[in-house]
Amino acid sequence: MSPRSARLGDAAHAAPVFAALGDATRLALMNRLATGRPHSTAHLALGLPVTRQAVTKHLEVLSHAGLVRDFRRGRERLWQPEARRLDEARLYLRAISRRWDEALARLKTFVET
Amino acid sequence: MSTDRIEKKVVLGAPRSRVWRALTNPDEFGAWFGVKLEGGFAPGSRVQGRITNPGYEHVTMDITIVRLDPERYLSWRWHPYAVEPGVDYSGEPTTLVEFHLEEVAGGTRLTVVESGFEQIPLARRAKAFEMNEGGWAAQLENVERHVSA
Repeated sequence: MSPRSARLGDAAHAAPVFAALGDATRLALMNRLATGRPHSTAHLALGLPVTRQAVTKHLEVLSHAGLVRDFRRGRERLWQPEARRLDEARLYLRAISRRWDEALARLKTFVET
Repeated sequence: MSTDRIEKKVVLGAPRSRVWRALTNPDEFGAWFGVKLEGGFAPGSRVQGRITNPGYEHVTMDITIVRLDPERYLSWRWHPYAVEPGVDYSGEPTTLVEFHLEEVAGGTRLTVVESGFEQIPLARRAKAFEMNEGGWAAQLENVERHVSA
């Protein structure tokens, strides 16, 4: 594990995305969109304890944070997660991957000495 | 590259019995992993302990042993990157960590596979990026411009 460095610049850049995700409804919407397939506003609103108008507002917040984008198909407004999400998932794995590299290097030293 | 699993292979210059002990004896495990564990490794057992690595002392490691096949295979479940103080991770999905041991010339080949990342909530992944250097900040410049506009 590498020491956690306080990089204020990074944190400031990251803040808008964390703010966008820091809401239960928006998290639920992101989880519904996580399949990668486009969903209509109506479909995303199903079963959520908020109005469809509120869902639209939440989706717009996510869109401003670059987490989703929308397009029209006929009269429907469809939403899908940004492809960048995949890159972020890779970054996440890379961070964990690095920690395994470090741990296994320590294990190697430990069993070989 | 898969976004659901991490796989690592390393050849250790020690016999399988030695590697197995380093993986399953709580004191030995703690010595290289950097954790002070309480409890033993048995199928279904929950093993917890404080991380001892500098900068992570606030983190509690919490694993549930899944399977042990002596000198061959060990697996556990845990919450990856569960490093934020005061966050209860218990309701979130876990990943599966598997260790495979094989005898090879010169020692033991250890394969580590951690899988199930696609079940981890996006917000948790996003939080982890904060601790990851590089890349993330650049990607977010546009986002910030949009949001602050």
